[in-house]
Amino acid sequence: MSATAPQQATGAHEPIVVPRPNHLRRNLIILGVTALIVGSAWFAGFNVFQILANFQRGGRLLRRMFLEPDWSFTPRIYSPMIETIRMAIVGTFWGALLALPTAVLAAENFLQKPWISKPLRFILNIFRTIPAMVLASLFVAIFGIGAFSGVMALSVFTFGLISKLTFESIESIDYGQVEALMSLGANKMNILRYAVLPQILPQYMSYTLYGFEVNVRAAAVLGYVGAGGIGQTFEQALAFRRFDRVGVIIMISFFVVLAIDLVSSSIRKRLV
Amino acid sequence: MEAHTEPIIVPKPLDPWKILYRVVNYGGLLLLLVWGFLGIEYKGIMQTAPGTIQAMGRAFLRPDTVYLRTWTVDGLPYAVLETIAIAIAGTFASAFLSIPFALLAAQNIVGEKVSKVGKFLVTMIRTFPELILALIFISIVGPGAPAGILALGIHSIGMLGKLFSEAIESMDMGVKEALESCGGSPFEILFRAILPQVSPELTSYTLYRFEINMRAAATLGLVGAGGIGAPLIFAIRTRAWPRAMIIVIVLIVTVTIIDAISGRIRKKLV
Repeated sequence: MSATAPQQATGAHEPIVVPRPNHLRRNLIILGVTALIVGSAWFAGFNVFQILANFQRGGRLLRRMFLEPDWSFTPRIYSPMIETIRMAIVGTFWGALLALPTAVLAAENFLQKPWISKPLRFILNIFRTIPAMVLASLFVAIFGIGAFSGVMALSVFTFGLISKLTFESIESIDYGQVEALMSLGANKMNILRYAVLPQILPQYMSYTLYGFEVNVRAAAVLGYVGAGGIGQTFEQALAFRRFDRVGVIIMISFFVVLAIDLVSSSIRKRLV
Repeated sequence: MEAHTEPIIVPKPLDPWKILYRVVNYGGLLLLLVWGFLGIEYKGIMQTAPGTIQAMGRAFLRPDTVYLRTWTVDGLPYAVLETIAIAIAGTFASAFLSIPFALLAAQNIVGEKVSKVGKFLVTMIRTFPELILALIFISIVGPGAPAGILALGIHSIGMLGKLFSEAIESMDMGVKEALESCGGSPFEILFRAILPQVSPELTSYTLYRFEINMRAAATLGLVGAGGIGAPLIFAIRTRAWPRAMIIVIVLIVTVTIIDAISGRIRKKLV
């Protein structure tokens, strides 16, 4: 007080600006992340100038694909396109069907038996780490080239995806309803039927639709490794360097996927 | 005293419209499923399948560890590093590119009409498969990791743009209005009001996308866009199971470790 008194007397003000806090830690993190990004780009041989130089060559290609497409190829796309949608439907069905009981077993708060839920979660995690394309190429080796291998890959992939999302939903349910039923002496099956399922069912259906959207997109490219659908047509057109046909396939599958996405996400919005 | 217990569940009265609604919904779903199943033909397993499965199982127990210890450009460690590098560079490139798209799609920044256009644009980008983007970029810049980075960088805008715009829409508008009333320029508003508020969420979403892109980067190699996918598809096509299995095992371990690290950082952030 005594130190500031003479200052006030002379009319000087205390500085309003607070001294800057020490940002050393934050700046070090920023520096580290930047180094990581630049290092990664350098390691992968990413050269902006070279890419820009190459873009002129690419421009010709893009023009052939999207400005001069071979529209007479369209009728030959319909049946592989329909196969793609069928693959996504069947794959989603099996995946979602298996996911519900698995999610119930993997949720920690329902059975409350860690020796079941822990290993189950571990297996589900492994399922989710393997990309659908890799699964598809493994299944092609077993079931041969065709849509069935794709359906198998999509089923396994969807199973992992929906199981994880659903067991997380089960773990975040309102536990009061479960306790109310327990206090009435309900057994596990009754709790599942009247407390757990009604709460998660809208979310589960929403996840299933989400899985379907993901599957339509995945099914469109699975054919690249021989697992059926439009991807196979795509791969052939690309192998013959018929870029005018490639353009038609890309555009049509793009609009089909976009339409399915829009319909499905509007249903999902009403569900949850 | 009567011994029977009353049913706990009281049946709800159903009006005919509700029944019709259900019939149409479930019936339609059933028809869709039947239609789907009719198109998928089960041709049985390949004649060589039992042998293939046996070979896969044997290879899983005794994978090609020599490949794991090859420290050159042709070895597995290099392919894994390249995959991670593609995922990192692609993710962060798209994080920067996503910000303008997110602003364009955020209702509280550009108004309702423009935001609808922006949202549709982001949905369109999301719909375009990254594998096809990769193929397009391969034909432009040639095969290799840069094509993969470009594909991931563009494709991830679809998801990050959506999540970023939702984060911006739910932010506190007071700070922005305060800056506007002081006469702040659009850039000042962006860097001093919007970004500081949403940056933890943006970082968290970017990390989440990085986890997804790790898996995507592993598949991009299948079409020649660099990373672990190329040696994997080659090993599967040539039926070199010990090598395919070591790649799958290393892929699972790498993705799991990265998921764990990224998940831990994300928990701290939000």
